[in-house]
Amino acid sequence: MIRRLSILLLLGAAGALAAEPPRVAAPPADLFKAGTLTPVMAAPELALAGSDGKPLNLARFRGKVVLLAFGFSNCGEVCPITLATLAGARKKLGAAAADVQVVYVTVDPERDDAAQMKKFLGSFDPTFVGGVGTHAQIEAAQKSFGISSTKNVNPDGSYTIGHSSSIYMIDRKGGLRAVMPYGHPADDFVHDLKILLQG
Amino acid sequence: MSSRRAWLWWVPLTCVAAALGWAGFAPIHVPSHDELFEIPKGTYARRMKGDQVEILPSQIRLTLGLNDVLLLRNLDDVPQVFGPTIMMPGQSFRLPFEKASRYDFACTAHASGQMTILVEEVPVMPWSKIHWRIREYWENRKG
Repeated sequence: MIRRLSILLLLGAAGALAAEPPRVAAPPADLFKAGTLTPVMAAPELALAGSDGKPLNLARFRGKVVLLAFGFSNCGEVCPITLATLAGARKKLGAAAADVQVVYVTVDPERDDAAQMKKFLGSFDPTFVGGVGTHAQIEAAQKSFGISSTKNVNPDGSYTIGHSSSIYMIDRKGGLRAVMPYGHPADDFVHDLKILLQG
Repeated sequence: MSSRRAWLWWVPLTCVAAALGWAGFAPIHVPSHDELFEIPKGTYARRMKGDQVEILPSQIRLTLGLNDVLLLRNLDDVPQVFGPTIMMPGQSFRLPFEKASRYDFACTAHASGQMTILVEEVPVMPWSKIHWRIREYWENRKG
C-alpha cells in the first residue's frame, strides 16, 4: 500500500512539473544580433588615407551607418568572407544601402597602398573605402579599436597576418553601437543595420 | 518486515526519486538570459603590480535559450579588450549567442589573455537536465 502510494505520489509530482511551461523571459524584439555597447560612446576617430584618394576619417561619413573592419588584401581566408558578407548585406538592403558605408582598414601597411586596397575592395563592392597609412598610423588606429594583429613569416620569406576579425557598427551620429563577431551571415547584418538605420 | 520499518526505507527512497524526477522533468528556470560578469575597479593596477588576478573564469558555459547572452561590465579605470571589442571604463558589452559552439576570445581581463565561451544546446532529456542542474549548482557554489 505504502509502495503504491509513493509511486503514485512521485509520478504525479513529476507529471505536474513536466507540464509546467518554460520559465525564461523572452528576449526583446529589437535585440541586436551583434554585441552591443552601453552607454554608447563616440567611435575613436581615424586619421588615415582613403583608397578613394581622400583623407579617411569617420566624420566624413556622419549621417550614414558605418561598418568598420580591419584586414589586408593578401588575406586568403577571413577577409574575403567578411567582405563578401558585407557586400551581400548591402545588396539585401536595397535602396537603404545608400546610407551604409563600409570602411576597411589595412593591417598590412607594407603591401597595402591606396591603389591596392581600391582594387581589392572594388572586387566586392565599388562603394567600399579602404584605409591605408604608415605603420604608426595603422598601429594607432588598431590600438584605438582594440585590434590585435600578428605577422607570421613563412620559411620562404612571405608572410601572412593573423588579426582581429570583428566588424564595428557605428551609428549615424558616430557612436560605436555594436560589434559583430566574425562568422555571422549577411542576414544578421541586415537585421542590425535596419535597427541602426531607423535610429 | 513491519509497516513501521518499511516507512524508514520508503520515505527517503521516495524523496530521492522525487528529487531526481523533479530535476529530470521540470523545466529549467533561469531569471534572465544575461550571464553577468564584472571586471572590478583596480584590475589593471593590480596586474601591473604583478598580481596574477583572475577575476573572470577562464571558461564560461552558456546554454541556448536559457542563459545565452554574455554581459560584461568594465568597472575598471582603463579600457579592457574582450574578444571582438574594446570596452571603455564604465561600459558594458552584451553579446548574444545563437549557435552552440566553442568560442575563443582574447581578453585583457585574464592573466592568460584568453577566454573561452562554451555555448551548449538546451538540455531536453531527463538525464541531461539532471546533469545541467548539478553542474550549475557546483559552478555557482565555486562562485
